[in-house]
Amino acid sequence: MTRLKSREKHTIDWSQRVKEQALTAKDTRIRAFYEQGAVAADTPLKEVTFVALDFETTGLNANEDDIVSIGLVPFTLQRIYCKDAKQWILNPRQHLATESVVIHGITHSAINNAPDLMRVLEPLLAALAGRVVVAHYRYIEREFLHAALKVRLGEGICFPVVDTMDLEARLHRKGVKAFVCRFFGRKPLSIRLSDSRARYNLPFYKQHEALTDAVATAELLQAQVAYHYSPDTRIAELWR
Amino acid sequence: MEAEHIEVAGFLNQFQPFSGLPQETLNSIAQQVEIAYYRADSNIFNFGDEVHDLCMIRSGSVEIYRRNGDLYNRLSAGGLFGQMGLLMNNLIRLPVKALEDSLIYFIPESVFIRLCDEFEAFAYFVEMDDHSNLQHAASDKNANSLMVSKATMLISREPVSILNTATIRQAAEKMTEEGVSSLLIVNAASPALSTTLSSPLSSPLSSMTAESQEGEEQQMVGIITDRDLRTRVVSTGYPLDATIDQVMSTDLVTLDVDAYAFEAMLSMLRYNLHHLPILDKGRPVGVIAISDIVRYESQSSLYMVGTVFRQNSVEELKLISEEISSCFVRLVNEDANSHMIGSAMSVIGRSVKQRLLELAEEHLGPPPLPYCFLALGSMARDEQLIITDQDNALILDNQYDPQLHAEYFEALAHFVCDGLAACGFSYCSGGIMATNPRWRKTRHEWEACFADWIDNPLPEALLNCSIFFDLEGVWGQTHWAEQLNIFVAQKASHEPRFLASLARNALSRTPPLGFFKNFVMEQDGQHRKSINLKRRGTAPLADLIRVHALAVGSRARNSFERLDDIIKSKILPEGRISDLKDALEFISMVRIRHQAIDIEAGRTADNNIEPEHLSEFERRNLKDAFQVLSNSQRFLKFRYPY
Repeated sequence: MTRLKSREKHTIDWSQRVKEQALTAKDTRIRAFYEQGAVAADTPLKEVTFVALDFETTGLNANEDDIVSIGLVPFTLQRIYCKDAKQWILNPRQHLATESVVIHGITHSAINNAPDLMRVLEPLLAALAGRVVVAHYRYIEREFLHAALKVRLGEGICFPVVDTMDLEARLHRKGVKAFVCRFFGRKPLSIRLSDSRARYNLPFYKQHEALTDAVATAELLQAQVAYHYSPDTRIAELWR
Repeated sequence: MEAEHIEVAGFLNQFQPFSGLPQETLNSIAQQVEIAYYRADSNIFNFGDEVHDLCMIRSGSVEIYRRNGDLYNRLSAGGLFGQMGLLMNNLIRLPVKALEDSLIYFIPESVFIRLCDEFEAFAYFVEMDDHSNLQHAASDKNANSLMVSKATMLISREPVSILNTATIRQAAEKMTEEGVSSLLIVNAASPALSTTLSSPLSSPLSSMTAESQEGEEQQMVGIITDRDLRTRVVSTGYPLDATIDQVMSTDLVTLDVDAYAFEAMLSMLRYNLHHLPILDKGRPVGVIAISDIVRYESQSSLYMVGTVFRQNSVEELKLISEEISSCFVRLVNEDANSHMIGSAMSVIGRSVKQRLLELAEEHLGPPPLPYCFLALGSMARDEQLIITDQDNALILDNQYDPQLHAEYFEALAHFVCDGLAACGFSYCSGGIMATNPRWRKTRHEWEACFADWIDNPLPEALLNCSIFFDLEGVWGQTHWAEQLNIFVAQKASHEPRFLASLARNALSRTPPLGFFKNFVMEQDGQHRKSINLKRRGTAPLADLIRVHALAVGSRARNSFERLDDIIKSKILPEGRISDLKDALEFISMVRIRHQAIDIEAGRTADNNIEPEHLSEFERRNLKDAFQVLSNSQRFLKFRYPY
């Protein structure tokens, strides 16, 4: 009971928070984003419009590294809409390390001709506005965007995220079963994107291509809801 | 920046009807796709739902139902549904349900219509419902193959004929004039002279005797070929002024205009013909020469057989027998059915045997007594595939005296069986081969042997003998084999105890019914996790069909032809027989396809199948086929009580 309470306490009232942000935001693009608002906390999942978001980055530290590509795809519990998907390759302020080229396959020459984040900010925020962002491991997408904007505009950004990795962790890393497993030194179940997908019999996709990962994340959320939640579950139970 | 859906486009490109489309079209389709996940057992469409997309299974599998709840079809990855709804008022007529967790791609109606307009092959594909059933995907590229073309396509000119009253000289002159290698002989007046026709393949072969009602119509009474002129006229010094009907061939094999090219090929193979007249309502419309087919398909099985007969030693035969598997793969890729493939492989196997016997007789000298070399089991049933044992035996003349003749036939048997083994037909592990003195018997001894099996049936004694009830003469006095067949057919049907013993043996190998949920695996070391489709499927089916066939006095050997005879006798309801045919065809084709896949991948083909290599569709249908076998085995027990 105490645990449940403590979680409730941490849950942010995103609808309220976004309204407040709209009043203080200085950049017109960011203000326009906030003015679209966040859905009410008790909205059932079946009425929510989501947008799956994935970044490829130069490294893992939001304060030192930068975004190299963005993939996003809007969806609902019923359908994922490829025709409204977007993908950008960006020119990061950070130097592109060779190790990360190996991961996402975006080369130096591709990046040299690519625009800066500021040039795509308007369509990017337009695609996110009014939708609930879904990401696998929310710290990358939310914190990188916040940090990138802070550096460029002097103000950051915040928004609710449904984290599909967090949903897997709640299932497999918490509770008595997970505790027993850990107690006996068993390796915890992998909650990486492809391993999580496999548990729902979703097909294997080539990873580390921002748009494919975004679609993969959208499919994963549909599967997680089909298995563990219901279309009537409140969005507040999922977002962070 | 334009979003490229690499995963989606890549997936579309793997399946018909998308695989033939240009890359930019695939990319633009991928950009329009909508995706949804369905948990196992959830409904995708209910009856009467509106549909506005062509649906493609990205992963998982779905089942489509009829309104009465009967299963209509099962589809797995790459399968399409919803197209019929799009073509008919956007309403779903057959509900769809996810069988496994499934990811579905939805291709919007507008894209679907544009694709149908722009790409004819696409429109054709989606308008033909039910593609999944037999993997038709591959057949388009072989649209010209022998499997789907009519025999008439091979005819290059009007037939050339001459009256039966003409002289041999006139016939030869006409052949030279017209530049043909064969000449049809016709009789203007008297239909009484018409010849008897043998009927090699069941359906498309016509009997031309009853035709030609009008007295004016010319009747074909024979054929003469270049080779006939050489062998029957020139080399024997036959008078050239004699009439042509004295030297023509009258034992005519012909084919109806409706026949397919592969049927022409099989008839020519079976009867070793070089010229095959094609008739339309009894009137010749053309003659197919062996060269017409060879020109058409240099890799065909016919060409293969021709080559077999040109090899002059066991070593040479061994070399070309390596080509047999590519023949097999080609037939599979041409969408041949199991009966065609089984027949073609049997004919090739038979010709290797025949050539080996010719070579043996050259090597050992002419035989001291007439004999007949027998093929047993799958080759006799025209059901031979790529992995096969040699099962054979010898019928000897009643004058046989071991003191005088044993040595010759022993040597002959060893020459042939060792030669077959060298050509990839492995020795029979049960020792049913002509090299075993037990299976070299005189005609009297064979009759006594069969009579003993039938009159004093002991299941143990019959256990390894069932293949003797599928026998065919391949060399020498082949009519002895036919007489033995008649003897068995007449005797067996009156012996309920024999049929009961045979039935009991037919039940010894059961289908792996737990197949879908929990695979029943073979226990042998090499194939731990597999099912032997021959041992657990086609062989018990052939056993079961043989019992019924013997009970109704059928002399057919091929399982499908036996089933046709069983239908006529009405001992089984017709529906059950068509179920048996479907089951046999399906299990055979899975076995055949997987052998072809093994060969193409450079692996050794076998009869084992690993469950993970089966598509969802194959799994489900195998389960149904095994159920048919199991039910039929139960009926067998009841029909022939021991």
